[in-house]
Amino acid sequence: MLSPSLATVSYIGATILFILSLGGLSHPESSRRGNLYGMIGMTIAVLATVFGPRVTMAGLPWIIAAMLVGGSVGLYAAKKVQMTQMPELVALMHSLVGLAAALVGFANYIDPAAAHGLSSAEKSIHEMEIYIGILIGAVTFSGSIIAFGKLSGKIGGKPLLLPGRHWLNLLGLLVVIVFGWQFLHAESVSAGMIGLTVMTVIALLFGIHMVMAIGGADMPVVVSMLNSYSGWAASATGFMLNNDLLIVTGALVGSSGAILSYIMCRAMNRQFLSVIAGGFGTSGGTPAPAAGGEQPPGEVVAVSAAETAELLREAKNVIIVPGYGMAVAQAQHTVYEITQLLREKGVNVRFGIHPVAGRMPGHMNVLLAEARVPYDIVMEMDELNEDFPDTDVAMVIGANDIVNPAAQDDPNSPIAGMPVLEVWKAKTSIVMKRSMASGYAGVDNPLFYKENNRMLFGDAKKMLDEVFVALKA
Amino acid sequence: MPLLIGVPREIAAGEKRVATVPEVVEKLIKLGFKVAVESGAGDAANFSDDTYRAAGAEIIEGAAKLWAASDIVFKVREPAAEEVGLMREGGTLVSFVWPAQNPELMQQLAAKKATVLAIDCLPRMLSRAQKMDALTSQAGVAGYRAVIEAANAFGRFFNGQITAAGKVPPAKVFIAGAGVAGLAAIGTAAGLGALVRANDTRAEVADQVKSLGGEFVKVEFEEEGGGGGGYAKVMSEGFQQAQREMYAKQAKEADIIITTALIPGKPAPKLITAEMVQSMKPGSVIVDMAAERGGNCELTEPGQAVVKHGVTIVGYTDLNSRLAKQSSTLYGTNLFRLTEELCKTKDGNINVNMEDDAIRGLTVIKDGTVTWPAPAPKLPPAPAKAAAKPAAAPAHGHGGGGAPASAGKTAAIFGVAALMFLFVGAYAPAAFLGHFTVFVLACFVGYMVVWNVTPALHTPLMSVTNAISSIIAIGALVQIAPPLNLLEGMDRPDGWIRWLAVFGIALTSVNMFGGFAVTRRMLSMFRK
Repeated sequence: MLSPSLATVSYIGATILFILSLGGLSHPESSRRGNLYGMIGMTIAVLATVFGPRVTMAGLPWIIAAMLVGGSVGLYAAKKVQMTQMPELVALMHSLVGLAAALVGFANYIDPAAAHGLSSAEKSIHEMEIYIGILIGAVTFSGSIIAFGKLSGKIGGKPLLLPGRHWLNLLGLLVVIVFGWQFLHAESVSAGMIGLTVMTVIALLFGIHMVMAIGGADMPVVVSMLNSYSGWAASATGFMLNNDLLIVTGALVGSSGAILSYIMCRAMNRQFLSVIAGGFGTSGGTPAPAAGGEQPPGEVVAVSAAETAELLREAKNVIIVPGYGMAVAQAQHTVYEITQLLREKGVNVRFGIHPVAGRMPGHMNVLLAEARVPYDIVMEMDELNEDFPDTDVAMVIGANDIVNPAAQDDPNSPIAGMPVLEVWKAKTSIVMKRSMASGYAGVDNPLFYKENNRMLFGDAKKMLDEVFVALKA
Repeated sequence: MPLLIGVPREIAAGEKRVATVPEVVEKLIKLGFKVAVESGAGDAANFSDDTYRAAGAEIIEGAAKLWAASDIVFKVREPAAEEVGLMREGGTLVSFVWPAQNPELMQQLAAKKATVLAIDCLPRMLSRAQKMDALTSQAGVAGYRAVIEAANAFGRFFNGQITAAGKVPPAKVFIAGAGVAGLAAIGTAAGLGALVRANDTRAEVADQVKSLGGEFVKVEFEEEGGGGGGYAKVMSEGFQQAQREMYAKQAKEADIIITTALIPGKPAPKLITAEMVQSMKPGSVIVDMAAERGGNCELTEPGQAVVKHGVTIVGYTDLNSRLAKQSSTLYGTNLFRLTEELCKTKDGNINVNMEDDAIRGLTVIKDGTVTWPAPAPKLPPAPAKAAAKPAAAPAHGHGGGGAPASAGKTAAIFGVAALMFLFVGAYAPAAFLGHFTVFVLACFVGYMVVWNVTPALHTPLMSVTNAISSIIAIGALVQIAPPLNLLEGMDRPDGWIRWLAVFGIALTSVNMFGGFAVTRRMLSMFRK
């Protein structure tokens, strides 16, 4: 058994390791060590708690059993998950943290030992902490479940916009405050339970409503925002339990998630608040009716895989712009085989990654890394957007909105002002797509009708395999 | 009213180039300009007045008349004082100017209310500026000519041959500095059949050297903590020592050494000492392309070819004029590309658009106002390089846009924060404040730590923070079986709490183990 001081010191050590872990994750060289720090920190924190003064040996079998079950599920999922499914997995895991936070909150409320010996002011604060902790936990839980559904395609990606949804949210908030008042002044635990339960239900509904209203293209922001919420939930639990380790760690995670969301929003030239408030392009009122309506002038020119290979073979500079379509088709390995072949022939091949390509921040980088594409030829948008005029072929694989010239040319477009990769400035652009359907934003793409653009229709993996064979021939 | 572009004869001693050539004249006229060439301007570069006339240019006798007639003057060398005197008030000049070296010239030009575009001030790192980059085009010509000069002075073949008359070993050429001139020299020498080796302090040019048929010679010294990204930094004493040893070794083996090492704004570094020259085989050749700036070889005499210790040391400073036709054609084309940028309307008028990064960099005097030096162009920062810069801005600001918020906004934020803190301070008990302090500080630590994450790592970062947020397990752990002495006399619904806690632990363990494992899996895939 550890003395209270020893347990506290271990917590400080764990905190430092967590900070080092996040810091290490900023750069590829130090990232692996960062992850290791995180693991060590977590081990220390858990061991110090289990063998610390607040847990007796009687609980040990329960703890071991619960951790064995949860741990093996987690390890199995981590092993089996496909890299293309990372966003779903992360969203699902956020929901677990949210649920756990809510459960801990409830358990804490019904535990008379938790509030024992507190003055009335302290008791109010403590109950407020419980209330807020459960609130955040529940929102995180239901929001993440919906995000998971949207990312895995179980729920449609279109934003669900209820009439007067801002008023609905406001109403929900008022009800939560009223019941919070009732909860704080409850005589007994069972009386307080009513307010707590009503609030939990509203929080769950709010989480669902919030994420349902967010369009698919904003999903990277949502995922990192939920990441932030799960941190705040941990922090609130820390306040509830008077545990500094939880507070610090929660705040670290919370602020890092918030910053990631902010970076994402800036990459899309969106206001952070309007993304959270929901709905794509709704800041101006209604979604633009032009979506899918009138067609831009020009003709769509389709090409075959063989012609694509021909274009690639004659190119000196090639930029590949991957999008979610590449992830869906699992085409990253074929992409790399083609890249290798072209590089052997002396073609300068680079990858242009839009900050919000895919369904979560950095999604494309992870996929390309999985396919063993060296990260020094994977560039950010800002690094190579100037180079498109000198590029012979820009190959767009399953991306749409991030290469839409309307963002620059058409001030009425819902995606106006969003920075995009300027593939149309290349001598030739080839867009690989399954059909002429519009992207997640539901906007038609004038790029397809440009004179120097070619369309290669079909499943990205299948078409790329054909291109690869034609290139080798 | 189309403007008249005037091309005077270069008057600097030994200068044989001319600022435009007949084929460029045709293109300039297509842009809507009129072109006048001073009689005899192209003679030294083998362009006769007749060829210019045939291309549509007007031939004007005498510099004074030409300068007076021209709205825009194209030149190669910076104008001499008397040429500035001939210049029309408010005219435009495009030429090499070297504003840093020629402050007086700048004053004279400013006094003329001139607009001056210094082709040497082009922001070369802008990719769309490359077509106008005369420094590069001229350096390429000079590198070629350096090899030709070396071949001329060298008494043997470049390529190895086995003939009936015996075996001829290939010449060994060593090239110091793989910039534009060095690379051109590598390509030319390799093309002639020589064995080419080259060295540069920037290790990343090794691939370029190889691509041109040369072998890259490394300095056998690992710079410790090398920042990567190829950021040129001051080399340590240890490195310089190793570099000297390497040069000494190459001097003994090589038949021909071509040096191109220049440091901006400083005399050329002395790479080849007198001893090294002495150690070379008799009949060897050194071409010192840095002769104008003092030379890379201690024994170089600028402007001359001398023989010392049996080694011919070529220190010509006019390599471009020795290939005047080629240099002029490339230079003329560079200026034509620049004119295209200035005259997007194709109506024979120019617009010096100071919003354009390339034009802004070039323009050293605008309507008599000195605008040199230009602010650094807004380039997307290359992250690897930025990271290697030790003096990079402190770790704030993500990407380019780090403009501080407006004063009003900041004040408002601080005001709100102050009110909130006031509220917390007034009502919260002391115990809470301790936790609150920790909380606020931790938020800031998180912010500082995460702000500079590379975009490629967003997903791993998120999955690791997700794993870390399973710290909430501790909340469940402490509820499972608290010490009994705390619970005396209390009616605790043990069963409920235990099951809630066990469930909570199981959920968070999924995260804890799964999160770290999946992060590990992802990170192991990142490779260079």
